[in-house]
Amino acid sequence: MTSEAQFLEHVQSGGVVEAGDPMPDEYRALLVKFIAMHGNSELMGVLPERDWILRAPTLQRKLALTAKVQDEVGHAQLIYRVCEDLGAPREELLDDLLEGRAKFHNVFHYPTRTWGDVGVIAWLIDAAAIVSQKALLKCSYAPYARIMKKICWEESFHILHGRDVILAMMNGTDEQRELVQEAVIRWWGPIMQFHGTRMPPEKDLVLQYRIKTKDNESLRQEFLDGYVPQIRELGLEVPDPALRYDEGEGRWLYTEPDWDELRQVVSGHGPASADRLDLRRRMRDANAWVRRAVLADAA
Amino acid sequence: MIWEVFRQEREGAAFAHAGSLEAADEAFARAYAHELYGRRNESRALWLVPRGEVCTVDEFVDEFERNYRRVDGYSLKTRLREARERAGTQPE
Repeated sequence: MTSEAQFLEHVQSGGVVEAGDPMPDEYRALLVKFIAMHGNSELMGVLPERDWILRAPTLQRKLALTAKVQDEVGHAQLIYRVCEDLGAPREELLDDLLEGRAKFHNVFHYPTRTWGDVGVIAWLIDAAAIVSQKALLKCSYAPYARIMKKICWEESFHILHGRDVILAMMNGTDEQRELVQEAVIRWWGPIMQFHGTRMPPEKDLVLQYRIKTKDNESLRQEFLDGYVPQIRELGLEVPDPALRYDEGEGRWLYTEPDWDELRQVVSGHGPASADRLDLRRRMRDANAWVRRAVLADAA
Repeated sequence: MIWEVFRQEREGAAFAHAGSLEAADEAFARAYAHELYGRRNESRALWLVPRGEVCTVDEFVDEFERNYRRVDGYSLKTRLREARERAGTQPE
């Protein structure tokens, strides 16, 4: 048996890999790409919420939103650290992100139009993300799995914050309720695209190496199981007439998500992609002197 | 500079490895560790160790099968039975 085949058997039978262990180049490259995309998504994912810090309806909400933004940036820090130990320096990862060579999740390419969007992001987008992240707790790459434990723990606060925002609005005026319904309609398409296309598990190398432990469709089904009832119990409508749970098939049926939109958006052509990347570039340039000063001082 | 972070969750608990962080010097490492690993009071104390200072021992070969050092080196079942039978205390 080749060492590659042995490695594959090791990870498929539950074995784990540490940073200093020998690993196939293909595995290392897949890890860096996958984990960097996650780090990028945490970093870019705060921008839709950042837009609402100054417009939050109460001081309590402003503080909670600021804390959530700090959490997500903290996750990016932890995740980029994991990439660095795999041989991908953070500055290079940021170059790749800002020059459009690396991706981040589709949902962070859209504008946040109302406070209803902020609630739906913290509630449903974070829920969809947690479903994915929980499937990483058993990742074959142990340093990533360990950091996911901390991240999932912090994300659980975010969902509560999101539900609290949503419940306050749903218990409010007709106008507030309408803002939530409009946000659910706006975000449903991107949410259904979020977990990706139904790729056959045997063709998904990320699954084969047990970097993630569940295929895209299983993750989407898990999200629908958990959250469609929560949406409907508040009297909110999901904007998909075909969406229903089929007892016979034992799964949710739904209108085919717009995969062209997904491809367009994640390749940097979403409605807010250019603005978000531009803001990140300007921030990085504006803060460059701080990094120089800190490093010079320490040297 | 990379620092390894060890976290103690509550008084009396062992410090367990929590992750790592990059910081230019000790003062920054303290501040970053505080924010990254303790801002929700989830840690009672943190240890920060420069990565280069950590030494690893990971070779544990039991060449002589020294199972007398371990609980699996002792099988008492049959001996206990024999002893009980001699004492007439073996339950039916």
